[in-house]
Amino acid sequence: MNTILIVAEHHAGQLNPATARCVSCARKIGGEITVAVLADAPAAIAAQAATLDGVGRVVAVADTAHTQALAAMYAPQIAVLARGFTHVLAPSTTFGKDLLPRVAALLGVAQVSDLMQVEGPRRFVRPIYAGNALVTVEVPQEQTVVATVRTASWPEAAAGAQAAPVETRSVDAALPKHTRFVTLQSAKSERPDLQSAGRVVSGGRALGSSENFRIIYQLADKLGAAVGASRAAVDAGYVPSDMQVGQTGKIIAPALYVAVGISGAIQHLTGIKDAGTIVAINKDAEAPIFEVADYGLVGDLFKLVPELTQALG
Amino acid sequence: MKILVGYKRVVDYNVRIQVKPDGSGVVSDGVKLSPNPFDEIALEEALRLREKGVASEVVVVGIGPTDLQAHLRNGLAMGANRAIHVATSDAVQPLTAARVLLKLVQKEQPGLVILGKQAIDDDCNQTGQMLAALWDRPQATFASKVEIGEDKARVTREVDAGLETLEVDLPAVITTDLRLNEPRFIKLPDIMKAKSKPIEILELASLGVEPGDHLKTLHYAPPPGRSKGVMVKDVAELVAALKSKGLV
Repeated sequence: MNTILIVAEHHAGQLNPATARCVSCARKIGGEITVAVLADAPAAIAAQAATLDGVGRVVAVADTAHTQALAAMYAPQIAVLARGFTHVLAPSTTFGKDLLPRVAALLGVAQVSDLMQVEGPRRFVRPIYAGNALVTVEVPQEQTVVATVRTASWPEAAAGAQAAPVETRSVDAALPKHTRFVTLQSAKSERPDLQSAGRVVSGGRALGSSENFRIIYQLADKLGAAVGASRAAVDAGYVPSDMQVGQTGKIIAPALYVAVGISGAIQHLTGIKDAGTIVAINKDAEAPIFEVADYGLVGDLFKLVPELTQALG
Repeated sequence: MKILVGYKRVVDYNVRIQVKPDGSGVVSDGVKLSPNPFDEIALEEALRLREKGVASEVVVVGIGPTDLQAHLRNGLAMGANRAIHVATSDAVQPLTAARVLLKLVQKEQPGLVILGKQAIDDDCNQTGQMLAALWDRPQATFASKVEIGEDKARVTREVDAGLETLEVDLPAVITTDLRLNEPRFIKLPDIMKAKSKPIEILELASLGVEPGDHLKTLHYAPPPGRSKGVMVKDVAELVAALKSKGLV
Protein backbone atom coordinates (compact mmCIF):
# COMPACT_ATOMS: atom_id res chain seq x y z
CA MET A 1 0.00 0.00 0.00
CA ASN A 2 1.38 3.39 -0.98
CA THR A 3 1.45 6.09 1.63
CA ILE A 4 1.89 9.51 0.07
CA LEU A 5 2.97 12.68 1.84
CA ILE A 6 2.29 15.96 0.03
CA VAL A 7 4.07 19.09 1.22
CA ALA A 8 1.53 21.92 1.10
CA GLU A 9 2.52 25.21 -0.50
CA HIS A 10 0.82 28.25 0.92
CA HIS A 11 1.12 31.98 0.96
CA ALA A 12 -0.46 34.61 3.23
CA GLY A 13 -2.57 32.02 5.04
CA GLN A 14 -3.99 30.53 1.84
CA LEU A 15 -3.34 27.11 0.39
CA ASN A 16 -1.77 27.43 -3.07
CA PRO A 17 -3.88 25.69 -5.77
CA ALA A 18 -0.68 23.87 -6.83
CA THR A 19 -1.18 21.64 -3.78
CA ALA A 20 -4.59 20.51 -5.06
CA ARG A 21 -2.90 19.57 -8.34
CA CYS A 22 -0.43 17.40 -6.42
CA VAL A 23 -3.40 15.65 -4.82
CA SER A 24 -4.66 14.67 -8.30
CA CYS A 25 -1.25 13.23 -9.13
CA ALA A 26 -1.17 11.37 -5.81
CA ARG A 27 -4.62 9.88 -6.49
CA LYS A 28 -3.30 8.55 -9.80
CA ILE A 29 -0.40 6.93 -7.94
CA GLY A 30 -2.96 5.50 -5.53
CA GLY A 31 -2.76 5.00 -1.78
CA GLU A 32 -3.31 6.92 1.44
CA ILE A 33 -2.75 10.65 1.01
CA THR A 34 -1.51 12.87 3.83
CA VAL A 35 -0.90 16.60 3.42
CA ALA A 36 1.74 18.25 5.62
CA VAL A 37 1.20 21.93 6.41
CA LEU A 38 4.19 23.70 7.95
CA ALA A 39 3.33 27.27 8.96
CA ASP A 40 3.45 29.67 11.88
CA ALA A 41 -0.35 29.43 12.04
CA PRO A 42 -1.33 26.32 10.05
CA ALA A 43 -4.95 25.81 11.21
CA ALA A 44 -6.79 27.63 8.41
CA ILE A 45 -4.50 26.25 5.70
CA ALA A 46 -4.81 22.74 7.10
CA ALA A 47 -8.59 23.08 7.09
CA GLN A 48 -8.49 23.98 3.40
CA ALA A 49 -6.24 21.02 2.59
CA ALA A 50 -8.52 18.68 4.56
CA THR A 51 -11.44 19.32 2.22
CA LEU A 52 -9.60 18.25 -0.94
CA ASP A 53 -11.05 15.07 -2.45
CA GLY A 54 -8.72 12.16 -1.84
CA VAL A 55 -6.90 13.58 1.17
CA GLY A 56 -7.10 11.12 4.08
CA ARG A 57 -5.30 13.11 6.74
CA VAL A 58 -3.62 16.46 7.31
CA VAL A 59 -0.60 16.94 9.54
CA ALA A 60 -0.17 20.51 10.81
CA VAL A 61 3.17 21.64 12.21
CA ALA A 62 3.08 25.06 13.87
CA ASP A 63 6.37 26.86 14.36
CA THR A 64 7.44 30.49 14.03
CA ALA A 65 10.44 29.18 12.09
CA HIS A 66 7.87 28.61 9.32
CA THR A 67 6.79 32.23 8.94
CA GLN A 68 8.65 32.05 5.63
CA ALA A 69 8.93 28.86 3.60
CA LEU A 70 12.70 28.40 3.65
CA ALA A 71 14.00 25.13 2.21
CA ALA A 72 16.78 24.99 4.80
CA MET A 73 14.14 25.05 7.59
CA TYR A 74 11.53 22.85 5.95
CA ALA A 75 13.81 20.11 4.62
CA PRO A 76 15.03 18.57 7.90
CA GLN A 77 11.44 18.47 9.17
CA ILE A 78 10.02 16.97 5.98
CA ALA A 79 12.78 14.35 6.16
CA VAL A 80 11.50 13.41 9.64
CA LEU A 81 7.83 13.52 8.61
CA ALA A 82 8.64 11.34 5.59
CA ARG A 83 9.39 8.33 7.80
CA GLY A 84 6.92 5.57 7.02
CA PHE A 85 5.81 7.12 3.73
CA THR A 86 6.50 5.50 0.37
CA HIS A 87 6.16 8.79 -1.54
CA VAL A 88 6.87 12.48 -0.85
CA LEU A 89 5.44 14.99 -3.33
CA ALA A 90 5.48 18.76 -3.75
CA PRO A 91 4.48 20.99 -6.65
CA SER A 92 7.09 21.84 -9.25
CA THR A 93 6.87 25.53 -8.38
CA THR A 94 9.85 27.55 -7.16
CA PHE A 95 8.80 26.43 -3.65
CA GLY A 96 8.87 22.72 -4.46
CA LYS A 97 11.93 22.89 -6.71
CA ASP A 98 13.88 24.63 -3.97
CA LEU A 99 12.76 22.23 -1.24
CA LEU A 100 12.44 18.68 -2.50
CA PRO A 101 15.99 18.04 -3.77
CA ARG A 102 17.18 19.08 -0.32
CA VAL A 103 14.76 16.59 1.24
CA ALA A 104 15.81 13.83 -1.18
CA ALA A 105 19.49 14.36 -0.42
CA LEU A 106 18.80 14.19 3.33
CA LEU A 107 17.00 10.90 2.71
CA GLY A 108 19.85 9.74 0.47
CA VAL A 109 17.57 9.10 -2.51
CA ALA A 110 17.13 10.45 -6.02
CA GLN A 111 14.47 13.01 -6.81
CA VAL A 112 12.18 12.88 -9.83
CA SER A 113 11.43 16.33 -11.28
CA ASP A 114 8.20 17.39 -12.98
CA LEU A 115 5.92 14.32 -12.91
CA MET A 116 3.73 14.53 -15.99
CA GLN A 117 2.22 11.06 -16.10
CA VAL A 118 2.02 8.15 -13.71
CA GLU A 119 2.59 4.74 -15.30
CA GLY A 120 2.86 2.87 -12.02
CA PRO A 121 3.48 3.67 -8.36
CA ARG A 122 7.21 4.01 -9.09
CA ARG A 123 7.16 4.63 -12.82
CA PHE A 124 6.69 8.13 -14.18
CA VAL A 125 6.97 10.19 -17.35
CA ARG A 126 8.78 13.53 -17.15
CA PRO A 127 9.88 16.14 -19.70
CA ILE A 128 13.52 16.77 -20.62
CA TYR A 129 15.18 19.10 -23.15
CA ALA A 130 12.58 21.82 -22.59
CA GLY A 131 9.80 19.31 -23.17
CA ASN A 132 11.16 18.22 -26.54
CA ALA A 133 11.50 14.67 -25.27
CA LEU A 134 9.71 12.68 -22.61
CA VAL A 135 11.49 10.12 -20.52
CA THR A 136 10.01 7.26 -18.50
CA VAL A 137 11.89 6.65 -15.25
CA GLU A 138 11.54 4.15 -12.46
CA VAL A 139 12.45 4.62 -8.80
CA PRO A 140 14.07 1.54 -7.22
CA GLN A 141 11.82 -0.48 -4.91
CA GLU A 142 13.83 0.18 -1.75
CA GLN A 143 13.83 3.98 -2.13
CA THR A 144 11.30 6.55 -1.00
CA VAL A 145 9.86 8.23 -4.10
CA VAL A 146 10.59 11.94 -3.80
CA ALA A 147 9.11 13.90 -6.69
CA THR A 148 7.95 17.30 -7.82
CA VAL A 149 4.67 17.41 -9.73
CA ARG A 150 4.40 19.35 -12.98
CA THR A 151 1.28 21.26 -12.02
CA ALA A 152 0.19 22.05 -15.60
CA SER A 153 -0.26 18.31 -16.20
CA TRP A 154 -2.78 17.77 -13.39
CA PRO A 155 -6.19 19.29 -12.58
CA GLU A 156 -6.90 20.71 -9.15
CA ALA A 157 -8.55 18.15 -6.88
CA ALA A 158 -12.02 19.39 -6.03
CA ALA A 159 -12.95 20.50 -2.53
CA GLY A 160 -15.57 18.12 -1.17
CA ALA A 161 -18.01 18.34 1.70
CA GLN A 162 -16.14 15.76 3.81
CA ALA A 163 -13.13 17.07 5.70
CA ALA A 164 -10.26 14.74 6.54
CA PRO A 165 -8.97 14.73 10.13
CA VAL A 166 -6.28 17.29 11.02
CA GLU A 167 -3.58 16.18 13.41
CA THR A 168 -1.31 18.75 15.05
CA ARG A 169 2.20 17.63 15.76
CA SER A 170 5.66 18.95 16.41
CA VAL A 171 8.76 17.67 14.69
CA ASP A 172 11.99 16.97 16.45
CA ALA A 173 14.62 18.19 14.01
CA ALA A 174 17.57 20.51 14.41
CA LEU A 175 16.88 23.72 12.48
CA PRO A 176 19.79 25.68 11.04
CA LYS A 177 20.48 29.33 11.79
CA HIS A 178 22.51 29.92 8.65
CA THR A 179 19.65 31.08 6.44
CA ARG A 180 17.55 34.18 7.10
CA PHE A 181 14.64 35.69 5.20
CA VAL A 182 15.08 39.39 4.39
CA THR A 183 12.26 40.53 2.08
CA LEU A 184 9.78 39.47 -0.55
CA GLN A 185 9.16 42.02 -3.24
CA SER A 186 5.85 41.13 -4.80
CA ALA A 187 3.96 43.19 -7.34
CA LYS A 188 0.44 43.74 -6.05
CA SER A 189 -1.99 42.73 -8.71
CA GLU A 190 -5.76 42.52 -8.87
CA ARG A 191 -5.41 40.26 -11.88
CA PRO A 192 -5.73 36.47 -11.68
CA ASP A 193 -2.69 34.44 -10.72
CA LEU A 194 -0.63 33.45 -13.76
CA GLN A 195 -0.16 29.82 -12.68
CA SER A 196 -3.81 29.04 -12.05
CA ALA A 197 -5.65 31.43 -14.39
CA GLY A 198 -8.07 30.01 -16.96
CA ARG A 199 -7.07 32.68 -19.46
CA VAL A 200 -3.64 34.21 -20.03
CA VAL A 201 -2.46 36.98 -22.36
CA SER A 202 1.31 37.19 -22.88
CA GLY A 203 3.46 39.78 -24.57
CA GLY A 204 6.87 39.44 -26.19
CA ARG A 205 9.79 41.51 -27.32
CA ALA A 206 7.75 43.04 -30.14
CA LEU A 207 5.89 45.14 -27.57
CA GLY A 208 9.04 47.26 -27.53
CA SER A 209 8.62 48.88 -24.11
CA SER A 210 7.16 48.60 -20.67
CA GLU A 211 4.67 51.32 -21.59
CA ASN A 212 3.44 49.48 -24.63
CA PHE A 213 2.57 46.50 -22.43
CA ARG A 214 -0.48 48.62 -21.52
CA ILE A 215 -2.37 47.16 -24.49
CA ILE A 216 -1.65 43.65 -23.18
CA TYR A 217 -3.06 44.56 -19.76
CA GLN A 218 -6.12 46.13 -21.37
CA LEU A 219 -6.84 42.99 -23.38
CA ALA A 220 -6.21 40.82 -20.32
CA ASP A 221 -8.59 42.89 -18.21
CA LYS A 222 -11.28 42.59 -20.84
CA LEU A 223 -10.85 38.81 -20.80
CA GLY A 224 -10.40 38.53 -17.03
CA ALA A 225 -7.02 37.03 -17.85
CA ALA A 226 -3.66 36.86 -16.13
CA VAL A 227 -0.67 38.47 -17.86
CA GLY A 228 2.52 36.64 -18.82
CA ALA A 229 5.56 37.39 -20.95
CA SER A 230 8.30 35.78 -22.98
CA ARG A 231 11.85 35.64 -21.69
CA ALA A 232 12.83 38.32 -24.22
CA ALA A 233 10.29 40.76 -22.77
CA VAL A 234 11.49 40.06 -19.23
CA ASP A 235 15.16 40.34 -20.17
CA ALA A 236 14.42 43.66 -21.88
CA GLY A 237 12.95 44.88 -18.59
CA TYR A 238 9.41 45.45 -19.88
CA VAL A 239 7.90 43.34 -17.07
CA PRO A 240 9.08 41.62 -13.86
CA SER A 241 10.64 38.15 -13.88
CA ASP A 242 7.69 36.48 -12.16
CA MET A 243 5.72 36.94 -15.39
CA GLN A 244 8.04 34.76 -17.48
CA VAL A 245 6.41 31.76 -19.13
CA GLY A 246 8.59 28.91 -20.42
CA GLN A 247 11.21 26.28 -19.66
CA THR A 248 12.85 28.25 -16.90
CA GLY A 249 9.85 30.35 -15.92
CA LYS A 250 6.27 29.27 -15.30
CA ILE A 251 4.70 26.25 -16.99
CA ILE A 252 1.01 26.97 -17.41
CA ALA A 253 -2.11 25.29 -18.76
CA PRO A 254 -4.89 27.87 -19.18
CA ALA A 255 -8.00 27.12 -21.27
CA LEU A 256 -7.10 30.12 -23.46
CA TYR A 257 -3.61 31.48 -24.15
CA VAL A 258 -3.09 34.58 -26.28
CA ALA A 259 0.51 35.14 -27.40
CA VAL A 260 1.13 38.65 -28.67
CA GLY A 261 4.37 39.57 -30.43
CA ILE A 262 5.99 36.31 -29.29
CA SER A 263 7.96 34.46 -31.96
CA GLY A 264 7.74 31.13 -30.13
CA ALA A 265 11.19 29.85 -29.17
CA ILE A 266 11.05 26.21 -28.04
CA GLN A 267 11.87 27.39 -24.51
CA HIS A 268 8.65 29.45 -24.51
CA LEU A 269 6.51 26.80 -26.22
CA THR A 270 7.30 24.25 -23.52
CA GLY A 271 5.59 26.53 -21.03
CA ILE A 272 2.28 26.66 -22.95
CA LYS A 273 1.95 23.23 -24.57
CA ASP A 274 -0.85 22.22 -22.25
CA ALA A 275 -2.99 25.27 -22.96
CA GLY A 276 -6.48 24.41 -24.26
CA THR A 277 -6.55 26.92 -27.12
CA ILE A 278 -3.61 29.01 -28.27
CA VAL A 279 -4.09 32.26 -30.17
CA ALA A 280 -1.06 33.94 -31.73
CA ILE A 281 -0.81 37.49 -33.03
CA ASN A 282 2.45 38.26 -34.80
CA LYS A 283 3.57 40.33 -37.75
CA ASP A 284 5.86 37.54 -39.03
CA ALA A 285 3.79 34.87 -40.78
CA GLU A 286 6.76 32.47 -40.49
CA ALA A 287 7.07 32.76 -36.70
CA PRO A 288 7.24 29.32 -35.01
CA ILE A 289 4.42 30.29 -32.66
CA PHE A 290 2.03 29.69 -35.57
CA GLU A 291 3.11 26.02 -35.63
CA VAL A 292 1.36 25.45 -32.32
CA ALA A 293 -1.37 28.10 -32.46
CA ASP A 294 -4.98 27.01 -32.91
CA TYR A 295 -5.75 30.44 -34.32
CA GLY A 296 -3.13 32.63 -35.93
CA LEU A 297 -3.50 36.25 -36.93
CA VAL A 298 -0.76 37.99 -38.90
CA GLY A 299 -0.44 41.74 -38.61
CA ASP A 300 0.56 44.77 -36.57
CA LEU A 301 -0.08 44.01 -32.91
CA PHE A 302 -0.43 47.72 -32.08
CA LYS A 303 -3.44 47.82 -34.36
CA LEU A 304 -4.84 44.32 -33.81
CA VAL A 305 -4.69 44.11 -30.00
CA PRO A 306 -6.71 47.29 -29.33
CA GLU A 307 -9.10 46.18 -32.05
CA LEU A 308 -9.51 42.79 -30.35
CA THR A 309 -10.04 44.45 -26.94
CA GLN A 310 -12.70 46.65 -28.53
CA ALA A 311 -14.38 43.73 -30.31
CA LEU A 312 -14.68 41.79 -27.05
CA GLY A 313 -16.53 44.70 -25.44
CA MET B 1 37.99 33.26 -0.97
CA LYS B 2 37.87 30.43 -3.42
CA ILE B 3 34.80 29.83 -5.59
CA LEU B 4 33.90 26.46 -7.05
CA VAL B 5 31.79 26.58 -10.20
CA GLY B 6 29.93 23.65 -11.77
CA TYR B 7 30.44 23.65 -15.51
CA LYS B 8 28.37 21.08 -17.43
CA ARG B 9 28.42 20.38 -21.14
CA VAL B 10 25.00 19.98 -22.78
CA VAL B 11 23.38 19.84 -26.19
CA ASP B 12 23.28 23.41 -27.49
CA TYR B 13 20.00 25.19 -26.75
CA ASN B 14 19.39 25.85 -30.44
CA VAL B 15 19.47 22.18 -31.43
CA ARG B 16 16.14 20.62 -32.30
CA ILE B 17 16.11 17.48 -30.16
CA GLN B 18 15.24 14.22 -31.92
CA VAL B 19 14.32 11.07 -30.05
CA LYS B 20 15.91 7.91 -31.49
CA PRO B 21 13.34 5.74 -33.26
CA ASP B 22 13.95 2.85 -30.83
CA GLY B 23 13.30 5.10 -27.82
CA SER B 24 16.73 4.42 -26.32
CA GLY B 25 17.72 8.08 -26.05
CA VAL B 26 18.00 11.29 -28.02
CA VAL B 27 20.17 11.67 -31.10
CA SER B 28 23.55 12.97 -29.98
CA ASP B 29 25.85 12.07 -32.89
CA GLY B 30 27.10 15.17 -34.65
CA VAL B 31 24.97 17.41 -32.44
CA LYS B 32 26.49 20.70 -31.30
CA LEU B 33 27.49 20.70 -27.62
CA SER B 34 27.89 23.87 -25.55
CA PRO B 35 28.35 24.88 -21.94
CA ASN B 36 25.08 24.80 -20.01
CA PRO B 37 23.87 28.44 -20.24
CA PHE B 38 23.15 28.61 -16.50
CA ASP B 39 26.69 27.41 -15.77
CA GLU B 40 28.14 30.15 -17.96
CA ILE B 41 26.19 32.61 -15.82
CA ALA B 42 27.60 30.90 -12.71
CA LEU B 43 31.14 31.22 -14.02
CA GLU B 44 30.61 34.84 -15.04
CA GLU B 45 29.37 35.68 -11.54
CA ALA B 46 32.40 34.02 -9.97
CA LEU B 47 34.74 35.92 -12.30
CA ARG B 48 33.08 39.22 -11.45
CA LEU B 49 33.50 38.48 -7.74
CA ARG B 50 37.18 37.81 -8.37
CA GLU B 51 37.51 41.03 -10.36
CA LYS B 52 35.90 42.92 -7.46
CA GLY B 53 38.48 41.43 -5.14
CA VAL B 54 35.90 39.38 -3.22
CA ALA B 55 37.27 36.08 -4.52
CA SER B 56 40.87 35.14 -5.14
CA GLU B 57 40.46 31.97 -7.17
CA VAL B 58 37.81 30.48 -9.44
CA VAL B 59 37.83 26.74 -10.06
CA VAL B 60 35.57 25.13 -12.70
CA VAL B 61 34.45 21.55 -12.22
CA GLY B 62 33.19 19.18 -14.88
CA ILE B 63 32.05 15.57 -14.54
CA GLY B 64 32.16 13.41 -17.65
CA PRO B 65 34.14 11.47 -20.25
CA THR B 66 37.70 12.10 -21.41
CA ASP B 67 36.73 14.55 -24.15
CA LEU B 68 35.27 16.89 -21.54
CA GLN B 69 38.64 18.62 -21.31
CA ALA B 70 38.10 20.73 -24.42
CA HIS B 71 34.95 22.01 -22.75
CA LEU B 72 36.82 22.78 -19.52
CA ARG B 73 39.42 24.70 -21.55
CA ASN B 74 36.52 26.85 -22.60
CA GLY B 75 35.84 27.71 -18.96
CA LEU B 76 39.52 28.44 -18.46
CA ALA B 77 39.48 30.71 -21.52
CA MET B 78 36.54 32.56 -20.04
CA GLY B 79 38.75 33.26 -17.03
CA ALA B 80 38.74 30.46 -14.46
CA ASN B 81 42.12 29.91 -12.76
CA ARG B 82 42.05 26.16 -13.01
CA ALA B 83 39.79 23.21 -13.71
CA ILE B 84 38.97 19.86 -12.15
CA HIS B 85 37.83 17.08 -14.42
CA VAL B 86 36.07 14.25 -12.61
CA ALA B 87 36.37 11.49 -15.17
CA THR B 88 33.66 8.91 -15.72
CA SER B 89 32.10 7.31 -18.75
CA ASP B 90 28.78 6.85 -16.94
CA ALA B 91 25.89 9.27 -17.18
CA VAL B 92 25.72 11.12 -13.87
CA GLN B 93 22.45 11.90 -12.13
CA PRO B 94 22.06 14.88 -9.76
CA LEU B 95 22.56 12.95 -6.49
CA THR B 96 25.84 11.50 -7.75
CA ALA B 97 26.92 14.92 -9.01
CA ALA B 98 26.14 16.42 -5.59
CA ARG B 99 28.13 13.68 -3.85
CA VAL B 100 31.08 14.30 -6.16
CA LEU B 101 30.89 18.04 -5.52
CA LEU B 102 30.77 17.39 -1.77
CA LYS B 103 34.07 15.49 -2.02
CA LEU B 104 35.60 18.39 -3.93
CA VAL B 105 34.23 20.91 -1.45
CA GLN B 106 35.83 18.97 1.40
CA LYS B 107 39.12 18.96 -0.47
CA GLU B 108 39.09 22.54 -1.78
CA GLN B 109 37.27 24.31 1.10
CA PRO B 110 35.64 27.00 -1.07
CA GLY B 111 33.82 29.96 0.45
CA LEU B 112 31.16 29.73 -2.20
CA VAL B 113 29.87 27.19 -4.70
CA ILE B 114 27.99 28.62 -7.67
CA LEU B 115 26.03 26.25 -9.91
CA GLY B 116 23.46 26.74 -12.66
CA LYS B 117 19.91 26.30 -11.37
CA GLN B 118 19.31 23.58 -13.93
CA ALA B 119 20.98 21.93 -16.88
CA ILE B 120 19.01 22.39 -20.07
CA ASP B 121 19.35 18.71 -21.03
CA ASP B 122 17.73 16.84 -18.14
CA ASP B 123 16.04 19.99 -16.70
CA CYS B 124 16.34 18.46 -13.22
CA ASN B 125 17.07 21.55 -11.10
CA GLN B 126 18.40 19.51 -8.16
CA THR B 127 22.19 19.39 -7.83
CA GLY B 128 22.74 22.67 -5.93
CA GLN B 129 20.01 21.93 -3.40
CA MET B 130 21.34 18.39 -2.89
CA LEU B 131 24.89 19.60 -2.39
CA ALA B 132 23.71 22.16 0.17
CA ALA B 133 21.86 19.42 2.06
CA LEU B 134 24.80 16.99 2.06
CA TRP B 135 27.19 19.77 3.05
CA ASP B 136 24.74 21.03 5.69
CA ARG B 137 25.14 24.58 4.39
CA PRO B 138 22.70 27.26 3.14
CA GLN B 139 21.29 27.31 -0.37
CA ALA B 140 20.16 30.35 -2.31
CA THR B 141 18.60 29.06 -5.51
CA PHE B 142 17.45 30.90 -8.66
CA ALA B 143 19.64 33.93 -7.89
CA SER B 144 19.21 37.15 -9.82
CA LYS B 145 21.47 39.27 -7.59
CA VAL B 146 24.38 38.32 -5.34
CA GLU B 147 26.09 40.60 -2.83
CA ILE B 148 28.92 39.19 -0.75
CA GLY B 149 29.58 40.72 2.66
CA GLU B 150 31.70 39.74 5.61
CA ASP B 151 31.10 35.98 6.09
CA LYS B 152 27.68 36.19 4.52
CA ALA B 153 25.88 36.74 1.25
CA ARG B 154 22.69 38.54 0.40
CA VAL B 155 20.98 36.86 -2.51
CA THR B 156 17.89 37.93 -4.41
CA ARG B 157 15.97 34.98 -5.81
CA GLU B 158 13.45 34.80 -8.65
CA VAL B 159 10.47 33.04 -7.07
CA ASP B 160 6.91 32.59 -8.32
CA ALA B 161 5.63 35.39 -6.08
CA GLY B 162 8.29 37.91 -7.12
CA LEU B 163 11.78 38.59 -5.82
CA GLU B 164 12.80 37.09 -2.49
CA THR B 165 15.95 38.18 -0.68
CA LEU B 166 17.78 35.84 1.69
CA GLU B 167 20.80 36.35 3.85
CA VAL B 168 22.97 33.26 4.13
CA ASP B 169 26.14 32.54 6.06
CA LEU B 170 29.17 31.47 4.05
CA PRO B 171 30.15 28.98 2.84
CA ALA B 172 26.96 28.51 0.84
CA VAL B 173 25.61 27.16 -2.43
CA ILE B 174 24.12 29.62 -4.90
CA THR B 175 22.31 28.55 -8.06
CA THR B 176 21.93 31.02 -10.89
CA ASP B 177 18.88 32.24 -12.76
CA LEU B 178 18.91 33.85 -16.18
CA ARG B 179 19.08 37.47 -15.20
CA LEU B 180 21.99 37.34 -12.79
CA ASN B 181 24.40 38.57 -15.45
CA GLU B 182 25.33 38.36 -19.11
CA PRO B 183 28.34 36.09 -19.61
CA ARG B 184 31.31 37.60 -21.42
CA PHE B 185 32.50 36.44 -24.81
CA ILE B 186 35.76 34.56 -24.99
CA LYS B 187 38.54 36.41 -26.80
CA LEU B 188 41.18 34.68 -28.90
CA PRO B 189 44.17 35.61 -26.70
CA ASP B 190 42.31 34.10 -23.74
CA ILE B 191 41.97 30.80 -25.60
CA MET B 192 45.75 30.80 -26.03
CA LYS B 193 46.30 31.65 -22.37
CA ALA B 194 43.92 28.87 -21.28
CA LYS B 195 46.16 26.26 -22.85
CA SER B 196 48.69 26.66 -20.07
CA LYS B 197 46.16 26.63 -17.21
CA PRO B 198 46.04 23.42 -15.17
CA ILE B 199 43.32 20.79 -15.41
CA GLU B 200 43.41 18.27 -12.59
CA ILE B 201 41.97 14.89 -13.49
CA LEU B 202 40.32 12.76 -10.83
CA GLU B 203 38.72 9.41 -11.52
CA LEU B 204 35.18 9.43 -10.16
CA ALA B 205 35.78 5.93 -8.80
CA SER B 206 38.75 7.22 -6.77
CA LEU B 207 36.61 9.76 -4.88
CA GLY B 208 34.76 7.13 -2.89
CA VAL B 209 31.45 8.08 -4.45
CA GLU B 210 29.14 5.26 -5.35
CA PRO B 211 28.74 5.40 -9.13
CA GLY B 212 25.72 4.41 -11.15
CA ASP B 213 22.23 5.70 -11.70
CA HIS B 214 19.68 6.00 -8.97
CA LEU B 215 16.73 6.28 -11.29
CA LYS B 216 16.30 3.66 -13.95
CA THR B 217 15.66 5.22 -17.33
CA LEU B 218 13.29 3.01 -19.28
CA HIS B 219 12.23 4.79 -22.39
CA TYR B 220 12.40 8.05 -24.37
CA ALA B 221 9.58 9.37 -26.53
CA PRO B 222 8.82 12.49 -28.51
CA PRO B 223 6.16 14.71 -26.93
CA PRO B 224 2.67 14.60 -28.41
CA GLY B 225 2.46 17.33 -31.02
CA ARG B 226 -0.20 19.99 -31.20
CA SER B 227 -2.07 19.88 -34.45
CA LYS B 228 -1.55 22.92 -36.60
CA GLY B 229 -4.47 25.32 -36.35
CA VAL B 230 -5.95 27.79 -38.78
CA MET B 231 -4.98 31.29 -39.80
CA VAL B 232 -7.77 33.83 -39.44
CA LYS B 233 -7.86 36.88 -41.67
CA ASP B 234 -8.96 39.50 -39.16
CA VAL B 235 -10.06 40.26 -35.62
CA ALA B 236 -13.74 39.66 -36.43
CA GLU B 237 -13.01 36.13 -37.62
CA LEU B 238 -10.89 35.45 -34.54
CA VAL B 239 -13.59 36.66 -32.16
CA ALA B 240 -16.21 34.59 -33.99
CA ALA B 241 -14.00 31.48 -33.72
CA LEU B 242 -13.37 32.00 -29.99
CA LYS B 243 -17.08 32.64 -29.38
CA SER B 244 -18.05 29.46 -31.19
CA LYS B 245 -15.76 27.50 -28.88
CA GLY B 246 -17.20 29.26 -25.86
CA LEU B 247 -13.82 30.75 -24.93
CA VAL B 248 -14.94 34.38 -24.75
